[in-house]
Amino acid sequence: MSAQKFNIDTVENAAATPGEEQPWAELGLKQDEYQRIVDLLGRRPTAAELAMYSVMWSEHCSYKSSKIHLKKFGAKLDEAMKKDMMVGIGENAGVTDLGDGWAVTFKVESHNHPSFVEPYQGAATGIGGIVRDIISMGARPVAVMDPLRFGAIDHPDTARLVHGIVSGIGGYGNSLGLPNIGGETVFDEVYQANPLVNALAVGVLRHEDLRLANASGVGNRVVLFGARTGGDGIGGASVLASESFDDTKPSKRPAVQVGDPFAEKVLIECCLELFKAELVEGIQDLGAAGISCATSELASNGDGGMQVELTDVLLRDPTLTPGEILMSESQERMMAVVTPAKAEAFEAVMAKWGVEYSWLGEVTDTGRLIITWDGETIVDVDPRSVAHDGPTYDRPQTRPARQDALQADTFRSSDAGASLPASGDELRSSLLELIASPNLCDKSWITNQYDRYVGGNTAQAMPDDAGVVRVDEASGMGVGLATDANGRYAYLDPYAGAQLALAESYRNVATTGAVPMAVTDCLNFGSPEDPEVMWQFVQAIDGLSDACLELQVPVTGGNVSLYNQTGTTAIHPTPVVGVLGRFDDVSRRTPSGWREEHDGEAIYLLGTTSDELDGSEFANLRGHLGGLPPKVDLQAEKTLGQILISASRDGMLDAAHDLSEGGLAAALSEMVLRHGVGARVNLEPLLQRDGVDAFTALFSESQGRVLVAVPRAEEERFADMVGMREYPALRLGVVDAESGALDVQDLFSVPVEELREANTATLAKHFG
Amino acid sequence: MPRTVEFPFLVDNTLPTFPNSGVKIGVVTFPGTLDDRDAARAARIAGAEVVPLWHADDSLQDVDAVIIPGGFSYGDYLRAGAISRFAPMMDKIVDAANSDAKLPVLGICNGFQILTESHLLPGSMIKNDHLHFICRDQQLKVENVNTRWTGLYEQDQVITIPLKNQDGQYVADAKTLDALEAEGRVVFRYEGLNPNGSRNNIAGITNEAGNVVGLMPHPEHAVEKGFGPDHTGTDGIYFFTSVIKHLLEASK
Amino acid sequence: MPRIVVDVMPKPEILDPQGKAIVGALPRLGFTAFSGVRQGKRFELTVDGKVTEEILAQAREAAATMLSNPVIEDVVAVTVVADAE
Repeated sequence: MSAQKFNIDTVENAAATPGEEQPWAELGLKQDEYQRIVDLLGRRPTAAELAMYSVMWSEHCSYKSSKIHLKKFGAKLDEAMKKDMMVGIGENAGVTDLGDGWAVTFKVESHNHPSFVEPYQGAATGIGGIVRDIISMGARPVAVMDPLRFGAIDHPDTARLVHGIVSGIGGYGNSLGLPNIGGETVFDEVYQANPLVNALAVGVLRHEDLRLANASGVGNRVVLFGARTGGDGIGGASVLASESFDDTKPSKRPAVQVGDPFAEKVLIECCLELFKAELVEGIQDLGAAGISCATSELASNGDGGMQVELTDVLLRDPTLTPGEILMSESQERMMAVVTPAKAEAFEAVMAKWGVEYSWLGEVTDTGRLIITWDGETIVDVDPRSVAHDGPTYDRPQTRPARQDALQADTFRSSDAGASLPASGDELRSSLLELIASPNLCDKSWITNQYDRYVGGNTAQAMPDDAGVVRVDEASGMGVGLATDANGRYAYLDPYAGAQLALAESYRNVATTGAVPMAVTDCLNFGSPEDPEVMWQFVQAIDGLSDACLELQVPVTGGNVSLYNQTGTTAIHPTPVVGVLGRFDDVSRRTPSGWREEHDGEAIYLLGTTSDELDGSEFANLRGHLGGLPPKVDLQAEKTLGQILISASRDGMLDAAHDLSEGGLAAALSEMVLRHGVGARVNLEPLLQRDGVDAFTALFSESQGRVLVAVPRAEEERFADMVGMREYPALRLGVVDAESGALDVQDLFSVPVEELREANTATLAKHFG
Repeated sequence: MPRTVEFPFLVDNTLPTFPNSGVKIGVVTFPGTLDDRDAARAARIAGAEVVPLWHADDSLQDVDAVIIPGGFSYGDYLRAGAISRFAPMMDKIVDAANSDAKLPVLGICNGFQILTESHLLPGSMIKNDHLHFICRDQQLKVENVNTRWTGLYEQDQVITIPLKNQDGQYVADAKTLDALEAEGRVVFRYEGLNPNGSRNNIAGITNEAGNVVGLMPHPEHAVEKGFGPDHTGTDGIYFFTSVIKHLLEASK
Repeated sequence: MPRIVVDVMPKPEILDPQGKAIVGALPRLGFTAFSGVRQGKRFELTVDGKVTEEILAQAREAAATMLSNPVIEDVVAVTVVADAE
C-alpha cells in the first residue's frame, strides 16, 4: 500500500489552516467540547487528532456523565476493605489477593447495543473484549458468566436475539476454552429493542505476574500484535472519509465488529508465555477506541510520552485512513511495551504462536504523544488530555413525577391482586405457572450450549446459586461467583434496587460457602440526558456504594452502559452486581440441591417472611408493577452469610439454596428439581410465626432467606450455631426421596416429573 | 494390581491408579487446543508422566502413548481437524501408530476429528443434527474392552462422561459402517439418547489393531470427584489407567 | 490478479444439516418453490501472476487433500477466474 493515497492533514497543515471546517458534530462532539480541544492544542485539531478526541471523549470511553458519581465507590472504602485489594477501579480490571501468592481479577462489562444490531457477533465480541481485559492484568482467564436480558419471550424479534446472542456467547467462549459457569436470563418487554448482554470474566494470576497498562522506560519499544486492523466498528466515523480522495474506497464501514475466537485463544496463550518469560513491561488490550485508547492510556499512565509511526500498523484493509486506523475497533489486538533487549525474545514467542506483530514506535519522556504518518506528524497531543482530561458533567437529576404514584400502587391494592390463590389447588397451579414462567423456568436450553467443563476446575455451574472454580489444584483453594440484578425492584426504588442486587449476589456466594471479597458492577441505564434516568443512576450508585461499605466488600471494577432506551423510553434501571468469594477448599462448597442419599434430612428455612409481593415475580405474572421492593437488611444478610460460611466449613449442610425471585415456591421447586429428589414440608409453623397466609409464605420475596438441608447428626449443632447468632430458623420439613414429589402438607403435592415438565418446556417451546 | 493413592486434590482417594508408573504419555497441543491441560491432569492422576508435545515439533520424545485432546484447532474454520492433520507431529504419530510397535493413540473430540482427517480412523464428523453446540453428561455403552484404552472397563458397561461439541455427528458410508460393526470396532455407543444424530449411535471407534481410539465425549473431564458429571462422576479415569496397565504389562 | 475458484459440496448421500435447516426456513419466508437446499463452500485462491498448468494442478491437489474431506465432501469444480474485478 502507499501512504500517498491520502490527503494527510498534518499538524503543520492544521496550524496553517485554522479556519477549516471540521466534522466535530458528526463525530458526536458538542460545540464546547470541540472548543476545548482547540484550546488544549492551541490550534484546530488535525483530522487524526479529532478522531482520537472524539472517540476517547465519548460517553462510552470517558464516562463523562458518570465519572463524578462513580468516585463514591472509591470514597466509601475503609482500611479493612482495602486490605486484599491489589488493584482497584481504573485499571482494565480489579485485582484481589487470594493468599498464598495467588490473586484473582474479574470484571463485568456490557455489549448491549452491538448485540441488538448483530446478535451473534455482538455477544461474541463482548466475551472477547472482557477476556482481553483480564489477560491485560497478567492473568489467565479461567471462566466467564453472562447476565442476559431480553424482551418479551413471545415477541417475534426475541427468538432472533436469543438464538444469535446465545450462539455468539457459546461460539466464542467455547472456542477459548473458558467454562461458562453462570449468569442470568430475564425476559421483560422493557428490553425489547434494547437487550442487555453483559459478560463477566474472571482470571487468576500469581502476584508476580501482575501487569499494568503503562508505558515506562524511555527508549522501550511499542508493539502492536494479534489480528490486523480493519474497518470494524467505525461506521460512525465515516464522516472522516473526507480525508480520502481515493474513489475505490468502500463507501461504508461496518459498524459491527467481527470476532475471531481462534485468534483470541492464540493471543491468550501467547500473552501468558510473554508474562511468564517477563518479556513485556506494560500491556493494554485494544477495545473501544482501539489504538487511540491504547496509545493515550499507556503513555499517560507511564513516563508520559510516546512516538508512533502509523503506517507501520498491519492492515486488513489498505484503504483505511489514519483517523480510521486510530478509531478502528478490530478485535483480538494487544499493545505492549518491550525493552529493546527483549525484542528478539518477544519476536520468538510471536513466531511460535504464529501471531502477527509490528513495532510501532517507542516510549519517550516528552510528555507528548506523537503519531506520524510516513514521517509527517499527524498527532501531537498531551496523552493525558485524551485519556483522562475529557469533559465531565454533573447532569441534572429529577425524581420522576410518577414515582410517588408508582410506589403507592401496591400489588395488594391493585386489580391484579384482588383475587389471589388461597386453596391448595389454586396454590398448586400458581406454583406450576411460576416455575414455567420465562424468568424462572429451566435455562438449560441456553446453558447446555456452553462448555462448563473445560479447564477441569469447575466445581459448580448453572443452575447452582454461584459458579465455583478451583484456583489452586494443590490446596483446592478457589472462588465462587454470582451475578444478580432485578430491574423491577430498581424501577420501584433505584437506591434499594441496587442494594437488593448486591444483597442477592452476596447471599448467593455465601450460600455456597464462599467468603464474599469483592464486587464488580455493570450499570445498565437509559439516557443520562434524561434527568429522571440520571436520578435513577445516582440513586443506584448511592445505594450500591453504601451497601458495599456496610457489607465490607469493595467494588474493584465494572462498567457503565448508558443510552439503553428505545425512543424516549428507558429500560428499567438494571444495575448488575457480581460478587466474588473465596473458598479455602472448593470441595467444601455447599451444593444447591439435595440428593437421594440425603433422604430424611431436615429442611430449615433461615430468615423471616413478610408480605412483600410488590415487584415480585408473581406480581409480574399478573402484569403488575408497583409499590415498594422488599426491604433490605444488610446486617441480617451479613449474619446469614456468616452462618452459611461456617456451616460449609464445618460440613453441617448437605444443600443450601437462596430465596429470591419467586420466593419459597421457586426455591423449594428448584431444590427438588436439582437432582429430582422430593421433599415434604409443612407451612403451618411459618404461617403462625410470621403471621402470613400460605400464598404469601410461598410467593413473597422477602430478603435474607435461605433453605438448607441438615443431616440428622448435625441438626443440634446447626440449630445451636444459628441460635447463637440469633438468626430466625424454622424446621420446615424433610427430604423425602421415596415420595417422588414436592409435598406441601395439607395444601398440595406435585410429582417431581410434573414439576420437571413445567419447568423445562418453556424455552424449548419458544426457541427449540 | 491397581493400587490406591492419595492425591491432595482428590476428594475420592479410592480410584485405582498406578502412581509413579513410569509410563510416559504425550499430550499434543495445536493452536486452538483447549483440553490439553485437562488431558494432562487426567493422565497424571492415573499415574503417568506427562510429556507436552507441540504440533510443530517432530519428535515424539520417546512417549509410550499419545493423547490428542479436544478444542478448536485452527478454529475448526475449514473443517474440524482439517489443518492440524498436516502438522509435523501428526506425521510422527501416524507413522508410530501404524508401526509394528503400535503406539497407543487416543483422540478426544477434536482429537477424534483429527484422527479421522488423518485416516487413522474411518468416517468423519459433521455438524450436530440440531446445529447447536451441546454440553451434557452423556451415557455411553462400552462395547469393546479389547482396545489399549478400554481394558479396565467391563463389556457393555454403561458410563457417564461429559459431551461437548458442535461437530459431533459421526458419519461414514454404509460399507464402512458395516465393517466397523462386523469387526467389533465400535468402542462406544450413545446410550439413552443420541445427542447429535451420529450413525448407529456411534460415539467412538478403534482401528483394527485396537491401539488407536477416537471418541467425541470427554473422559478427561470425569476423573476427579467434584469436577465431573453431576459433581460426582469419575468414569473417565479408566481410559488412562487402562493404557498404563497395558503398557506396564507389555514391558514385562 | 487471477483467482482459482474451488467449489466443495457435501456428498449427496451425506446429510447436510445446514441445508436442511435452510430448506425448512424458506417456506416460512414465502419461498415455496424449492424442495431442497445443500450448502457448500467456495474457496478463492489468489495467484500472483499467470495461472500455469502447474499452478492449476497444485490447486487441484490442495482441493482434494486439504480444502475438502473425501469422506464427506466432493470437489465439484476448480475453475480459473482471470479477471479480478
